[in-house]
Amino acid sequence: MRLLTHNMLASNIKGVTNGFPLRIEPEKIIEKPVDFNPDFLKNMFSKIDWKALADASKIMGYAELPDEVPEQTVVESDEFLRKFHHALLEVHLEEGALVCPETGRRFPVNKGIPNMLLHEDEV
Amino acid sequence: MPPRIAQIRLVSSHPQVYAPCDDSFALVDALLADRTKLLDHHPSICMEIGSGSGYVITSLALILGSESKNAHYFATDLNPHATEVTRQTLEAHGVHAELLTTNIASGLEKRLSGMVDLMVINPPYVPTPEDEVGSSGLSSAWAGGENGRSVIDKILPVADNLLSEKGWLYMLFLADNDPLQICLQMRDKGFGAKIIVQRSTEEETLHVIKFWRDPDIQIEGNEAVSGGKTAPQRGFDFLRSQISRLSFRETRQ
Ligand SMILES: C[S@@+](CC[C@H](N)C(=O)[O-])C[C@H]1O[C@@H](n2cnc3c(N)ncnc32)[C@H](O)[C@@H]1O
Repeated sequence: MRLLTHNMLASNIKGVTNGFPLRIEPEKIIEKPVDFNPDFLKNMFSKIDWKALADASKIMGYAELPDEVPEQTVVESDEFLRKFHHALLEVHLEEGALVCPETGRRFPVNKGIPNMLLHEDEV
Repeated sequence: MPPRIAQIRLVSSHPQVYAPCDDSFALVDALLADRTKLLDHHPSICMEIGSGSGYVITSLALILGSESKNAHYFATDLNPHATEVTRQTLEAHGVHAELLTTNIASGLEKRLSGMVDLMVINPPYVPTPEDEVGSSGLSSAWAGGENGRSVIDKILPVADNLLSEKGWLYMLFLADNDPLQICLQMRDKGFGAKIIVQRSTEEETLHVIKFWRDPDIQIEGNEAVSGGKTAPQRGFDFLRSQISRLSFRETRQ
């Protein structure tokens, strides 16, 4: 699971109002190279929740992203885009869990695939 | 060189996962038929709901290939064996999709809303007793409840929510699902529709229909009055004649 996906994922348990972002409990992290595409990144930047990405990236062992939302001029820079690219697409949670921030419910991640299936009393 | 699609010998399998079948091939054929349009569309986020073996999402990633550098793929399935098999199939072809074991797109609906440029779906569409729908085991791969519409009718509003302004949906239906009624229902939500592939096999008549947001279609309750037909209405008359011709052929057999 890429951090792009983590940034798009929220707890789906019935009644939960603050289900984003899910807290990451990493057990195994891997990196896979992806072609660098500045257009995709610039387009994606406006849709990303920055704090969620920066925090998740740190937990995944990559602390190069600024805590504060970067200025537009910074966003255009190659240096920034390369870091954003790495955090968003190249760092994968292979094994671990995603935890609902409101209820503490753990969603397991195995072989990079989060399991968001709910129990009957959660839907 | 013809565009590559997933090779059957590289598609992973599992006793509890739906193996590629006529319906899967029809959907991939529709994507192949529209390949040039899909490349011109420059989709950024692409998604499949109910990926099963991974045959379709893998084929899509290969069809768009390196010409669509912007494209990123997501796939979901209710069945954990299916998402795992999809992972293996993608890997065997050297492509990647982000996978999620979930009901339809549960968990993504808030944050991914309005972001998906291309969606492909081969849903469970076979008319069955309602209690077979969503059961654990292979039958949930095809069991569609009454008229095969139970899961389809849950998926359509989710697709509407996830699709971007320029979003396209390619979805497979059986004649029994009443695709014309589905198209009319989608029109009420502002979608145009077109049949891309229609195919009758011994057992079933399959349609792959493409939906897109059509700004010329008036949304719910705003139905155009008077006899003067607008372009989208004409489009639907055409679709209606296509679909009724098809079901006619089917009943004649
Ligand atoms: C007809 S099969 C298609 C599989 C594959 N896409 C293909 O074309 O060969 C339908 C798939 O949808 C999955 N499915 C059924 N209900 C679902 C749901 N509520 N949410 C997500 N996936 C579902 C099934 O597990 C199955 O893999």
